[in-house]
Amino acid sequence: MQWEAVIGLEIHAQLATKSKIFSGASTAYGAEPNTQACAVDLGFPGVLPVLNEEAVRMAAKFGLAIKAEIAPRSVFARKNYFYPDLPKGYQTSQFDLPTVGKGTLEITLQDGTLKRIGVTRAHLEEDAGKSLHEDFHGMTGIDLNRAGTPLLEIVSEPELSSAYEAVAYMKKLHILVRYLEICDGNMQEGSFRCDANVSVRPVGQKELGTRAEVKNLNSFRFIERAINHEIERQIEIIEGGGTIVQETRLYDSDKDETRSMRSKEEANDYRYFPCPDLLPVVIEQCYLDEIAKTLPELPDVKKKRFIETIGLKADAAEVLVSSRELADYFETVVKASAAPAKICANWVIVELVGALNKSAQEITASPVTAEQLGGLVKRIADNTISGKIAKQVFAAMWAGEGDADTIIEAKDLKQNTDSGAIEAVIDEIIAKHPQQAEELRSGKDKMMGFFVGQVMKATQGKANPAQVNQLLKKKIFA
Amino acid sequence: MHNKTLSELAQGLREKAFSSAELTQYYLDRIQQHDGNLNSFITVTPERALAQAKAADALLAAGKGEALTGIPLAQKDIFCTDGVRTSCGSKMLDNFIAPYNATVIEKFNRAGSVMLGKTNMDEFAMGSSNETSFYGTVKNPWDLQAVPGGSSGGSAACVAARIAPASTGTDTGGSIRQPAALCGITGLKPTYGRISRYGMIAFASSLDQAGPMTRNAEDAAIMLNTMAGFDARDSTCLDKPVPDYTADLDNRLQGLKIGLPKEYFAEGLDGAMASAIDAAIKEYQKLGATIKEISLPNTHLAVPTYYVIAPAECSSNLSRMDGVRFGYRCENPVDLEDLYKRSRGEGFGEEVKRRIMVGAYALSAGYYDAYYLKAQQIRQLISDDFKKAFAEVDVIMGPTTPEPAFNFGEKGNDPVSMYLSDIYTIAVNLAGLPGMSVPAGMVNGRPAGLQIIGNYFDEARLLNVAHQYQQVTDWHQQGPEKYL
Repeated sequence: MQWEAVIGLEIHAQLATKSKIFSGASTAYGAEPNTQACAVDLGFPGVLPVLNEEAVRMAAKFGLAIKAEIAPRSVFARKNYFYPDLPKGYQTSQFDLPTVGKGTLEITLQDGTLKRIGVTRAHLEEDAGKSLHEDFHGMTGIDLNRAGTPLLEIVSEPELSSAYEAVAYMKKLHILVRYLEICDGNMQEGSFRCDANVSVRPVGQKELGTRAEVKNLNSFRFIERAINHEIERQIEIIEGGGTIVQETRLYDSDKDETRSMRSKEEANDYRYFPCPDLLPVVIEQCYLDEIAKTLPELPDVKKKRFIETIGLKADAAEVLVSSRELADYFETVVKASAAPAKICANWVIVELVGALNKSAQEITASPVTAEQLGGLVKRIADNTISGKIAKQVFAAMWAGEGDADTIIEAKDLKQNTDSGAIEAVIDEIIAKHPQQAEELRSGKDKMMGFFVGQVMKATQGKANPAQVNQLLKKKIFA
Repeated sequence: MHNKTLSELAQGLREKAFSSAELTQYYLDRIQQHDGNLNSFITVTPERALAQAKAADALLAAGKGEALTGIPLAQKDIFCTDGVRTSCGSKMLDNFIAPYNATVIEKFNRAGSVMLGKTNMDEFAMGSSNETSFYGTVKNPWDLQAVPGGSSGGSAACVAARIAPASTGTDTGGSIRQPAALCGITGLKPTYGRISRYGMIAFASSLDQAGPMTRNAEDAAIMLNTMAGFDARDSTCLDKPVPDYTADLDNRLQGLKIGLPKEYFAEGLDGAMASAIDAAIKEYQKLGATIKEISLPNTHLAVPTYYVIAPAECSSNLSRMDGVRFGYRCENPVDLEDLYKRSRGEGFGEEVKRRIMVGAYALSAGYYDAYYLKAQQIRQLISDDFKKAFAEVDVIMGPTTPEPAFNFGEKGNDPVSMYLSDIYTIAVNLAGLPGMSVPAGMVNGRPAGLQIIGNYFDEARLLNVAHQYQQVTDWHQQGPEKYL
């Protein structure tokens, strides 16, 4: 039988507010355990929450970016359950009246076509603390620094049909929240994490199969593996005559498997009810209008512009808009070099990103600034240096030896465009390799490359390859 | 000395008839002398009190004294006090020392008042007789066989016995007004949102409200002046200017329209209690007020509605008492579930557990609509009843309780009959209105309380109405003989 997977994702994005959603404690990551938890975060008796307006503003910003309905009145509710890292015995979240309602996100499929994925809702809630099971000799340590960090839980419709689509959707969101500067997207630190609801059904069947929720997915690689693993597991069970039980499963990245955490029967009854300590959040249109003015150019719009206005290919545009910093860098290079966008894109994507990846550096900390790279590309475009020499110049720039012109001057790397001089070199090389010259004349075009290479070598790469080509042809076929 | 009102004490301090240190020592001695029997305090803080008194004396000497500077007060043990145990009447918090002050405590500190100690109360404010306290029952100073009422029983008893000049209470369903009535003192529950709830251990967040418990209306006005006001730390606290509540006390009552809800004088009201209230109403007529019979048709739904909403909220509010970070933890837990079950099972008393269970049930899947949601709808109807009434009258009056103080053990085995003792006070919390109880006679040797209910933020009028009554009667000046 042919099976199809149905996947919905719940993504938790930690909002990049300075302080917590209901207290003034800092949200900075990595402090000593329990040093960033005040009485409110600790759930001490008598203390009360006060909503951080910045968290609401960020949620609204997200809502605007996915063209969602933003509730004029949303309500915080208490989700009641006991766990040691949940200090109050309830999580303050939103239930039937979330701040952000229905919206959409477009993903690109493998064949380049677009697919619209529905976002059911995005609600504000507080993060829990962390239970630390190591280093406590059979006991559990609790770190409440994370407790009360604002989260935006973004829930998708069950409209993703493969692990690939799920990853594409998640990556798209990951890019978006960073564009909006509402989440730092650091998956390692848990700032952006995901639970996946996975079910399978025979192709053509309308009703959904029984789903399992896979938790603890904090990297794109794990999501892909965990979802594929879960799809296979479910198909295997059904084809073996079994049925899927509704349950929560935990992904273990070390063993690359999911295992059952709790079944539906064991699931908590969360006893949601409106939090009596917080007033409903009222959002007026003028507030949204103000936020709309602060929205940056969004990745989809930027990509379209790069393709339609600047003339980039879709895949290059896709890479360049993957972060706001990279796109800005690229645009600065174009501006500074006044060179064709295609060459600029190539230099940014291949040379710069390659060098950054190699040295594990962020683009914001790049040793070569966009203006500097623009200066280099400018010299390629005006034929001062060849592409090959440019790589040498780039390496020197990376090493901090100055900007392109300084290095070209200092190392005497200017391209030789004196055709007389180049012709002299060509004559010399043809004389040295009569047999190869004969082969070229008799139609062995490959030999062209040999001669160009020899000339470039002889000129230490400073000859213009196009010019060499042209002159070679003239000499050989004269 | 101990029969002096707050303004008389302030005058004495200003005129240096006595110092705050002397006054404080005087009351500490009285507590020492009488509270062994009464048990109105859970914690007495003599050293802290005397240090505060010393600081207050310095302020007074510098001419910087305010209305409450140097005056000793008792605080209900529900308000968190930095460095002093805040038990909320529970074994669960017997070892809890808050690292912060409730806003109310902070305001009293800023006013330069002195804290004598923390008063006894029903466990987590759940009770109407003070019998649920982990620290034992409080005795009613009028009759040691009688309950003082609850949950602010300690705060009521210590003021009635004149071992504290005034105290604070909290009122979720009558917890200020009912013990005030049973102990023969004046108690005011302000409008919901008038006083910050920050640092006040929550029972039912949408109903809880702090207020003063005093010997007369003028003292209540002085206390409210300090307690009321906006607090950014409590989102449900209203940002509304605080008037001087003593300013209108002397207004005449000529033309005041008093509404008497027929439902408050119906079956269940003790005959002698009814007579006492009638006599009080007659006094008001003499003062120029007019009487109108009104109806609050949903009165009979107030108690059942309250006993869905309050337990629902408390079931969630008390979840933080889990034995993990503070408070009681059972011995040698074998695993997490054992830690939870035994810490909570051993740390909470019967009534608290009963309400947590009722509340968890009312909120659970499949029952939420039938209980919690329905209760919220009825709550709205109850508010609407009052809204209609206040379109026709200025204040509403009736008995605070159906009967005077009952004896210990009388209702202890029957939670529902205990719950019914708050039948006249509960609707006021559901509507969020201000309500007061003032002494209005004696029934079988025990005090009777007149309840005065006002419109939202009409505390100044309530205090004026109570004060004028206290100018022509002396019930508020009477006290249990032994303590006069």
